[in-house]
Amino acid sequence: MAVMRDMIPPFELYQPTEVEDAVRLMRQHGDRGWVLAGGLDTFDWFKDRIKRPEAVIDLAAVDAIRGISAGEDGGLRIGAMTSLTDVAESADVMDRYPLLAEAAGLVATPQIRNQGTLGGNIAQDTRCWYYRSGWPCYRAGGNVCYAATSRAMNREHCIMGASRCVAVNPSDTAPALVALDAEMVVASTSGERTYPAADFFIGPDIDIERMTVLKPGDLLTRIDLPAAWPNARWYFEKIRDRKSWDFSLMSVASSMRVEAGMIQDVRIVVNSVAPYPVRLGAVESAIRGRAPSEETGQMAGEIAVEGARTLRHNDYKVALMRNLVKRSIRDAA
Amino acid sequence: MEFLRRALNPWGENVPIGVSWDLIWAAVIIGAVFVVAHALLVPKKVGAGEIDESEAKGLPDRIQRHKPGARGFHWTMSVTMFVLLITAFFPVIGIQFPWVTIHWIAGVLLILTVLYHIYHVFAKQDIRNMWIGRRDMKEGALGLQAAMRRPVHRPRAAKYPVDQKMFHHAATILTLGAVVTGVLMMYRVDNFLLPQNTYMFSDATWGWVYVIHGVCGIGLIFLVIAHVYFAIRPEKRWMTWSMINGWITRERYLENHDPERWAVTEADGAGEMEGTAAGGGTGQPALSDKA
Ligand SMILES: Cc1cc2nc3c(=O)[nH]c(=O)nc-3n(C[C@H](O)[C@H](O)[C@H](O)COP(=O)(O)OP(=O)(O)OC[C@H]3O[C@@H](n4cnc5c(N)ncnc54)[C@H](O)[C@@H]3O)c2cc1C
Ligand code: HEM
Ligand code: SF4
Repeated sequence: MAVMRDMIPPFELYQPTEVEDAVRLMRQHGDRGWVLAGGLDTFDWFKDRIKRPEAVIDLAAVDAIRGISAGEDGGLRIGAMTSLTDVAESADVMDRYPLLAEAAGLVATPQIRNQGTLGGNIAQDTRCWYYRSGWPCYRAGGNVCYAATSRAMNREHCIMGASRCVAVNPSDTAPALVALDAEMVVASTSGERTYPAADFFIGPDIDIERMTVLKPGDLLTRIDLPAAWPNARWYFEKIRDRKSWDFSLMSVASSMRVEAGMIQDVRIVVNSVAPYPVRLGAVESAIRGRAPSEETGQMAGEIAVEGARTLRHNDYKVALMRNLVKRSIRDAA
Repeated sequence: MEFLRRALNPWGENVPIGVSWDLIWAAVIIGAVFVVAHALLVPKKVGAGEIDESEAKGLPDRIQRHKPGARGFHWTMSVTMFVLLITAFFPVIGIQFPWVTIHWIAGVLLILTVLYHIYHVFAKQDIRNMWIGRRDMKEGALGLQAAMRRPVHRPRAAKYPVDQKMFHHAATILTLGAVVTGVLMMYRVDNFLLPQNTYMFSDATWGWVYVIHGVCGIGLIFLVIAHVYFAIRPEKRWMTWSMINGWITRERYLENHDPERWAVTEADGAGEMEGTAAGGGTGQPALSDKA
């Protein structure tokens, strides 16, 4: 049972300064090691004594993976250790990818954004409280989902993409990065790999214990944003119980290219409806060639929620998703 | 090495949650060691009897060993078994894909094939063919000595040699264990056949359900390795072929089977009469075990 304590159990602390050293240490310790970025997710686990790694690899001194620089082909490269505040307040990001700046700026509180990193934000674990209380559910390696039962408290849980586990991805920046078609660059001792953002997040059907492709030994080094669509319209909205310091109940991110009043290209992504950010491919195909109007939005909302399956306490999410998708098309500016 | 995976449930009880995955490797290693040791140590031909020409009189050239229904069952079950093993264990060893739905659907198909098999055995075959009697045990003991290169005369078998009967029974127990627990586990996962019901058992009982499912699954890894190995061993390939085309030659029959224990009449000829021959038009199973 999880008991919040002040004392974190002891571990060996490593503070590498180079990516190569970090991945070597990560490989050396495998699943008994832990990567530390801003620590906001990490220290919860440690203080609750639910995760007890033998070694912690602190990325704070690895300068090569911090900061924002110009990418190839007019894009932008954001180091995984860049703070959420730096992402939200970067002139380059605000100017060319306002969708991401908005999403990063809506994360929690200023203090959390100062400390939290973009890499940590997208690699963070789910907030399902059964799991975070240390209950031995599927995601913790067990054989039951406490949140999917008829008596469970599952207001925040998913309405699609479930496979035994019904937890949702909590990140605000994740849907924005998928909508911007970002690429995640991952280093390990066997070299560097790149994943389209949509493939970086995985569902419980593939691996019930992970939310991303990152395995022990994998270091997310940077996020590459491709050149932005010229004159793109965008929309980001986060719904939460409180106006500050709260995870989203649902968020939507859209990026749209409109010419002569018609949608030429579009990417719409909804988060906190599934264990991963959901890109709405069917909606995107249906609305290409149409005006970004109330009617198109209405139709898109209906398509978006097809196949949604609610739990005991979260049927409100269907109506919410329908409306958010509508607004993400109608109100994109 | 741990045998069980355990966890503290929300009430602080230490309950089993499944079998330790290290046992997968144990089964693979034991299987590999068994195959290598057997291949190196056991002579290819273990003292088969000579053919007595007088016994051959009146026997057809080809003798039906497996009816089409039995062969259909065998291969359908093999496919579902491979699918079940792959979907169960590949994700554990790091080859990840969405496995649960394919797994339980293959599980349901396995159950259907097993039900068909039970019907077929009672309706069209003779269940006594698989019983292990005193003569089988003697045959087994002598076979073992022959395999250890002792100078013994190995008796001929009934329709099924004792090692095949033992394999059959081990596979039956493990498959039934996996099937019964698998059906219960269907109550845990989303499917359109059974409703989700987590509260059916206590945490510890559920844990044992998962343990038994895992143990049976891991046991089947070993059995499948051994079975495939014997199926491709040169001196056993004629049996494997008989599971494909249904028949064995008269020579193979006389060399390996005791006509007293597996009586064959002319009507049991295969080939052009395949599938209808056994029973000799009497409606009775002709390939009976008279032991
Ligand atoms: C009170 C509170 C409220 C919050 N509200 C929100 C919110 O509204 N919206 C939101 O999106 N988030 C929210 N968060 C999450 C927060 O913003 C952080 O982004 C998140 O907790 C992790 O970021 P971090 O940099 O602190 O990473 P850490 O906590 O250090 O790491 C998080 C996880 O990612 C892994 N990791 C980190 N960096 C890397 C890397 N480069 N390569 C491989 N693995 C890595 C770590 O091993 C760990 O598993 C909240 C957190 C708290 C504590
Ligand atoms: C006979 C071969 C079979 C093998 C080798 C096998 C193996 C496995 C293994 C290793 C698991 C993972 C268990 C765990 O996480 O502890 C599993 C899960 C499962 N099996 Fe099987 N199984 C077999 C047959 C069946 C059958 C016949 C069914 C049902 C019809 C079935 C249904 C399931 C279900 C529903 C799960 C998922 C349970 C969960 O994750 O909660 N299996 N199987
Ligand atoms: S929703 Fe997922 S994380 Fe939460 S209890 Fe169920 S299995 Fe665990």
